[in-house]
Amino acid sequence: MFNHLLSLLIWLPIAGAVPVLLAGSARPNLARWLALLFMVLTFVASLFLLPQYDAAKGGMQLVESHLWIASLNVHYGLAVDGISVALILLTTVVGILVVVGAWEVIQDKPHQYMAAMLALEGVMIGVFCATDALLFYVFFEAMLIPMFILIGVWGGPRRVYATLKFFIYTFLGSVFMLIALLYLYHKAGTFDLHALAALPLTFNEQMWIFFAFLLAFAIKVPMVPVHTWLPDAHVEAPTGGSVVLAAVMLKVGTYGMLRFILPIVPDAGQHFAWLVIALSLVAVVYIGYVALVQEDMKKLVAYSSVAHMGFVTLGIFIAFLLARQLGDVDTAQLGMQGAMVQMISHGFVSGAMFTCIGVMYDRLHTRLIKDYGGVINVMPWFGFFYVLFAMANCGLPGTSGFVGEFMVVLASFKANPWIAFFAAFTLIIGAAYTLWLVKRVLWGEIHNPHVAEMKDINGRETFVLLAFAALTVALGIWPEPLIHLMDSSVSQVVQQLAIHKI
Amino acid sequence: MPTLNDILILLPEFYLVAVACLLLLLDAFMKPEQRGTLHWIAVVVLVVTGYMVVAGQPDVTVTAFGGMFVRDQVSEILKVFALLSTLLVFIYARPYLVERKQFVGEFYTLMLFAVIGVMLLVSAGNLVMVYLGLELLTLSSYALVALNRDSPLSSEAAIKYFVLGALSSGMLLYGMSMVYGATGSLDLAQLHVAVTQSAMPHLLVFGLIFMLVGIAFKLGAAPFHMWIPDVYQGASTPVTTFIASTSKLAAFGMAWRLLETGMGGLSQHWQPMLAAIAVLSMAIGNLVAIVQTNLKRMLAYSTISHMGYLLVGLVSAGPEGYSAAMFYAISYALMSTVSFGVILALARAGFECEEIADLKGLNQRSPWFAALMALALFSLAGVPPLFGFYAKYLVLQAAIDAHMLWLAIVGAVFAIIGLYYYLHVVKVMYFDKPEEGGADQPQADASLRVVLSINALALLVLGVYWGPLLGWCRRSFGLG
Repeated sequence: MFNHLLSLLIWLPIAGAVPVLLAGSARPNLARWLALLFMVLTFVASLFLLPQYDAAKGGMQLVESHLWIASLNVHYGLAVDGISVALILLTTVVGILVVVGAWEVIQDKPHQYMAAMLALEGVMIGVFCATDALLFYVFFEAMLIPMFILIGVWGGPRRVYATLKFFIYTFLGSVFMLIALLYLYHKAGTFDLHALAALPLTFNEQMWIFFAFLLAFAIKVPMVPVHTWLPDAHVEAPTGGSVVLAAVMLKVGTYGMLRFILPIVPDAGQHFAWLVIALSLVAVVYIGYVALVQEDMKKLVAYSSVAHMGFVTLGIFIAFLLARQLGDVDTAQLGMQGAMVQMISHGFVSGAMFTCIGVMYDRLHTRLIKDYGGVINVMPWFGFFYVLFAMANCGLPGTSGFVGEFMVVLASFKANPWIAFFAAFTLIIGAAYTLWLVKRVLWGEIHNPHVAEMKDINGRETFVLLAFAALTVALGIWPEPLIHLMDSSVSQVVQQLAIHKI
Repeated sequence: MPTLNDILILLPEFYLVAVACLLLLLDAFMKPEQRGTLHWIAVVVLVVTGYMVVAGQPDVTVTAFGGMFVRDQVSEILKVFALLSTLLVFIYARPYLVERKQFVGEFYTLMLFAVIGVMLLVSAGNLVMVYLGLELLTLSSYALVALNRDSPLSSEAAIKYFVLGALSSGMLLYGMSMVYGATGSLDLAQLHVAVTQSAMPHLLVFGLIFMLVGIAFKLGAAPFHMWIPDVYQGASTPVTTFIASTSKLAAFGMAWRLLETGMGGLSQHWQPMLAAIAVLSMAIGNLVAIVQTNLKRMLAYSTISHMGYLLVGLVSAGPEGYSAAMFYAISYALMSTVSFGVILALARAGFECEEIADLKGLNQRSPWFAALMALALFSLAGVPPLFGFYAKYLVLQAAIDAHMLWLAIVGAVFAIIGLYYYLHVVKVMYFDKPEEGGADQPQADASLRVVLSINALALLVLGVYWGPLLGWCRRSFGLG
């Protein structure tokens, strides 16, 4: 059949940005409907990945490769494995929900907002498909421009500071990754990720390349101590920007680790796994405490994102320990699998949490927890969803938040019970900050007269929250399809781990 | 005696000289309101010359006038883009000049003579020819900077440019004389052999240092960059555009002719010096640009940093690096025409649109021009997927391939610092609220709007489809 599906997925939303932009500020509704149309079309196209991709076989499929720059042997190379497919589906679903979520909320230049979202979506899908390192880098960096504009134009009062910090921070990390990639090209004469994975490197080379990659991806994830841009960016971003940032963009960091650090510098990765594991545990425990004391709801959820992403990096690097030092490939696979499930689950849960905050912000125009209280009295339906997502955020069984965290904790127990001990802390701290947030915002008496005037969610908001809720619960009760989709790909990734390159 | 063949090889240059003289004559007999014709004649002439350069390009390198003039693929590419960027300057400048009553024939004649200088310079096969081409270019440029004679700023800039330019030309000439003394030859091809066999290597290196000063001055690389900010700010914007685009292509051509064609055998001497100049340029350019409030002055410091990156390509002293540097020069020329083109499009009578603050809230008033400027700025900053990123990527790659990883890392670090001031301008355009007296309605001139849009979108298109241009650059240096 049609074998340009991946190109279509990348370029359809980007091309869609043009008519949306041309609709102009004079016809905002046309721009909105066009944006929704292109998002839905992209989503439908992405559904074709499921029958096209043979999950049982695993490996890179739907390969597209064209010579891009003949003289440098650079390819326009695209392919997906199960992990990419899952992330692409996450991206396209979130894309629709973001457009619907912003429908009436964005009144100022909605055509530019929607166009930026569409361009961002295409570029993010490109990151998840690229098999050529230069192409990956181009997509990786191209994400910055639309996000920069999104936060800067439609953001909160300190948006300029936040968006500049976001851009420069991310650029800082990725520039060193570029140097590492150029060095690899110098050695291998190609940017093909498959060839780079087979390239022998001395430990010294691996070490420097590892740190260059780690800096780039750790900033994106973000890991402690380079996470400081995230709370600022989240707090100031418009709701849609926050949702995309948390749900998809952070995953680019961990996805990059999977595609670059694991196969290209496995020996350095093993040697420094303790460092990443330690940083992940700091994220889980310390950032959890930091989240506890936040007064701004968005900041609280932002810090909780850092903590949850800590689980993903923990799962990835615990696999190093298990597969290479203890030789326990099965458990390594469990940890990796858990990390992947956690990525998808966090995408839905954090997206939903930010949407919830957006819903309240649209009504009261404040994000401070102390301004709320007793919201459940006036917004019972909203309260229902909010509690559900809060439960998923603290990892309650039956929601998607539980599955990934449980698998990672289980795997880390095999590696070292102490790691599991600290990782399991999240179940307590996560519950503490999330439930306390719910208590202060939803329950209790209404002490702010403006809260009494809040109206319950309308049909559009219900649709968005319902979609998030359905996905969260579905993943929690029946994660099997997702695990099946990624299973053979994860095991291939873990097998790659075991290769020594020195 | 010149043979017919010599003249045929130089046909594009002869044609341009003839037409430039004719335009001068025509201007004298023309009524002021008919000058629009002059503009279109000049535009057509540039297109025709470009066609002659490409169509008449021989398959192999040929020389004329006893090796004085070399017509090879490097010169072809540089001439094509020099003519193209001058064409863009003409189109962007017309409404600006008309509004300010500066729409005079001299502008076109001087520009054309400067372009002839560029064409001779990039084709030079002899030190004398290098000097002649350079002087024709710079003397025309001095006059162009001073063209707006009622403005004290512009006169000051012209005097500064002239004095420093004369000094650097003197340095260059002095260096050339020493090289001649050490080798007994002025011909670049003969020099290439002679420099390795010279009986006076110290004198040769001494001469090389002076020539490097001259090259660095013409590029505007630190520490010989002092004239750049004043001239960029003082000259009228069309002339600044010319100096920022066409002149930089010429300076690259000159640097390559002198350093590789002539002094290639001394690369172990000029590499470290050039590396120091490159690092200094990237540092000074990017750091000082941050504090600028005048847009043209900020772009001047940005030029200095970009010349540093261009030199990173040259430093590697190999065909890979040269093609990367040439690609950089071309990309810079195309980016700077966009950024200055937007300034020209937004300027009105009595309003120069020179301050960064003038762009406040441009996205509210004129979203299309804000988008064009943003494209140019992101491209200058080297953010993918825009054209400027690939230029930076190629020079850094060249540095790594030449085993100068440190230089690539330095370049990367300054790219991060440089990012800030470009983003600052984007921030002013997109995130700030418009103010009274800022940029309002852009010029309605259709040719400017269309060509500027194509120029800016080319930065995006070339960011995806840059292979052919790179292939062209690489072939000219004998690479596959």
